[in-house]
Amino acid sequence: MTQALFLQHLANALALGSLYALIAIGYTMVYGILRLINFAHGDVFMLGAYLAFYGLALFALPWWLSLALALFVTAFFGVGLERVAYRPLRDSPRISIMISAIGASFLIENLAVVLFGGRPKGVNVPTILNTVVNFGPVSVLSVSLVIPVCTFVILAVLLWVVNGTKTGMAMRAVSTDIEAARLMGVDVDKVVSFTFGTGSLLAALGGILWSYKYPQLNPLMGMMPGIKCFIAAVIGGIGNIRGAVLGGFLLGFIELMTVAFLPELSGYRDAFAFVLLILVLLVKPTGLLGKNQAEKV
Amino acid sequence: MLRTEGLTMRFGGLTAVSDFNISIEKNEIVGLIGPNGAGKTTAFNLITGVYRPSAGNIYYKDRDITALKPHAIAEAGISRTFQNIRLFKEMTVFDNVLIGCHLGIASGLFASTFGLPGYRKREGEAREKAKELLESVGLLGARDELATALPYGAQRRLEIIRALATGPSLLLLDEPAAGMNPQESLELMEFIRNIRDRYDLTVFLIEHHMQVVMGVCDRMYVLDYGQTIAQGAPAEIQRNQRVIEAYLGVE
Amino acid sequence: MNKKNKTWLTLGAAVAFLLLLAVADRFFDAFTLRVFNLCAVYMVLALSLNLLLGFTGLFSLGHAGFMAVGAYTCALLTMSRELKELNFFLTPILPWLRDLSMPFLPALFIAGLVSAFIGFLIAAPALRLRDDYLAIATLGFAEIIRVLITNFQPLTNGAQGLKGLPSYSTTYVVWAAAAVTAAFMVLLMRSSFGRAMKAVKDDEIAAEAMGVNVFRVKVTSFTVSSFFAGVGGALLGHMITTIDPKMFTFTLTYNIILIVVLGGSGSISGSVIASFVVTILMEALRFLDEPMDLLFVRTPGLPGLRMVVFSVFLMAVIIFRQRGLMGNKELSWDSLSRAGLRLRRRAGGEGKEGPNA
Repeated sequence: MTQALFLQHLANALALGSLYALIAIGYTMVYGILRLINFAHGDVFMLGAYLAFYGLALFALPWWLSLALALFVTAFFGVGLERVAYRPLRDSPRISIMISAIGASFLIENLAVVLFGGRPKGVNVPTILNTVVNFGPVSVLSVSLVIPVCTFVILAVLLWVVNGTKTGMAMRAVSTDIEAARLMGVDVDKVVSFTFGTGSLLAALGGILWSYKYPQLNPLMGMMPGIKCFIAAVIGGIGNIRGAVLGGFLLGFIELMTVAFLPELSGYRDAFAFVLLILVLLVKPTGLLGKNQAEKV
Repeated sequence: MLRTEGLTMRFGGLTAVSDFNISIEKNEIVGLIGPNGAGKTTAFNLITGVYRPSAGNIYYKDRDITALKPHAIAEAGISRTFQNIRLFKEMTVFDNVLIGCHLGIASGLFASTFGLPGYRKREGEAREKAKELLESVGLLGARDELATALPYGAQRRLEIIRALATGPSLLLLDEPAAGMNPQESLELMEFIRNIRDRYDLTVFLIEHHMQVVMGVCDRMYVLDYGQTIAQGAPAEIQRNQRVIEAYLGVE
Repeated sequence: MNKKNKTWLTLGAAVAFLLLLAVADRFFDAFTLRVFNLCAVYMVLALSLNLLLGFTGLFSLGHAGFMAVGAYTCALLTMSRELKELNFFLTPILPWLRDLSMPFLPALFIAGLVSAFIGFLIAAPALRLRDDYLAIATLGFAEIIRVLITNFQPLTNGAQGLKGLPSYSTTYVVWAAAAVTAAFMVLLMRSSFGRAMKAVKDDEIAAEAMGVNVFRVKVTSFTVSSFFAGVGGALLGHMITTIDPKMFTFTLTYNIILIVVLGGSGSISGSVIASFVVTILMEALRFLDEPMDLLFVRTPGLPGLRMVVFSVFLMAVIIFRQRGLMGNKELSWDSLSRAGLRLRRRAGGEGKEGPNA
């Protein structure tokens, strides 16, 4: 493999990793607060992409406005989803809320099939993101540069919010001990809604950026990335935002680089994430950056 | 019967139990007291294998049981109740006790599903035993009720006989008198003495109810912030300055 | 109701059931019979998942993986050499498999055993994990199985799948399997082992303190569940006569979860009833996906609408009536007679009390 090709793959891996990281953050935030694997997160990812698409295609909005609106609407949707599907089950056994999450996921996917049609749609990537940038022998699409930048900016903002603001402190309180937080006067419902809204917004952003890099939409596009990003969050340490980013990058890199070096394994591509997951769960279940949470007997 | 040496439990930076050394002889009733958060339940959890100690050893009948898992410890003859009553909420009173008899039945999946003769005999015996135990605390009439339908005091009694159903030699009771009024506490004291005599038990109990502890225990250990600050007969403990300070605070 | 009456009733029900099977087999048209038999297959699958989910409290999302293992094992063992050569035209099949061919029943049993074995291998590491992690880990294993099947051409014929499987899943076969599975589950849950499983679901820590080897119970439960899942998968394969890796996705697992939840996880009768309800509804509501003639309007087909309806169903049940149809109670002769008495009393006003009041 030439150095140029290697760098090319590296650039792609960086972009993929950033996308995974962005989506993984949403998973980890929700899990940290509610101990819930939001199976519907991947479908929110898909929704964001479709909404941005329709903003452009149906309403002929400028792409950045379509993007902003899609983010907004999806964030709201996420909050609504939590209200309808998860809040009523907050005091129920964990299995119930997980089944509800799975149900919500299937519901959204099939609703998308009904509303948007099952056939894949091509995305009109805005020109500014579709230009080829050359670094010597390596050429990347501008979008592949924008994605990692976005991810790191968002990571910085989130870390500031979580560690430096009152809302962030409330979030950390709720994720440590929900009852104690409530007793201390934290409005748990608001914190949960905020978390879901933010997580969904990030998923939507991830979805839209994904659709710019891999410009094809289909209603099930969120399923695989969704599961993989949850795995990324687990690998990095569930409940830990830095961990989610680390996990996302790790997964993106391993997936892409393995296929680059061993193209005969490309059929097994989707299985890497799972193999990695099982290895991590066996060796260090709390993830790379995670902490232990024991149950009081 | 039970002996611990240098038993220590650390959770991250917090030492919940430090250098816990106790020795309990057969048929004694020994108490473990101390202010809240002193590490008493942690000590129980260490003995019953729920936690792995950070340091130290536990010996039961001179056998090192430090690394054993809870079910093996139950098999060895140590049984317990829990601070927050852990009855099986979806099962009847009778079935709760029957689970206690599980060790006695010791049948695998196939033997029990297909009702092989060996299994049937042991299951029958277990049912008899459960009936007797329930009768001894007056709960036989409630056998088909859900365990959670019982009043609080009855639930505590149920948990104790469930533990008895495992056929232990050493019984660990975690706050058996919690929430009981003075009358019930007196009855509990009687009850503990009775079962000790009837089933040839050794009893180790955690309790906050001073009346119960002083009345029923032969000896006591006192924990405070994980350290053993006193041990001895009830009368001595009552006069011990350090114990009084631990409970009431220093001036 | 005394034991003698119950035995007679059970015998009577069994005879009635056999008559029903004979009637169905002779008089139902092909389509109806197919749906009827599909109920049996789904019953086996639902009961096997209920063992894990409802009785032991293990959230496993990998059921489709075990079904795939069972289906492929049975198919490969029962296909004749000619059939195999016909299917494996791209890459020849592994040589020792080519000539291996055996009758259906032993193959079915072996399929179950192979699934059970895979289940056992997966259980040992996976069951150390907590609920949610277990869910993802089992989902992961199912996906890994699927990917392996898709890529390992010489064994499984890869993405082409296996076609033209002999249709061994006749009415009597599938319903016998369903009956055996149900009977096994009933016996199991009445036994001490079944009790131990329920205790593990209820409160692991207390169960362990009472001497129940929790880990062993979980692994055994997982292995047995995988056995029946494999059998169910094999029956499914030989009913549809075609299998390929795309059949055994998470959607299939989801359908089984649907049945278990709707029927009430923790209830054998619930799973039995729900298997009928869901399977029949799945077929009946197929029209939602097709073009419809509504009065003067012809709606184009709305594919996906059927699953939307089912998903709404599932979520409504889980949010408003978590316990599903039967909760964790069972249908029994006692409960039926009590229900009957209540109806009679209500219909007859203040009547005298029945013998069982």
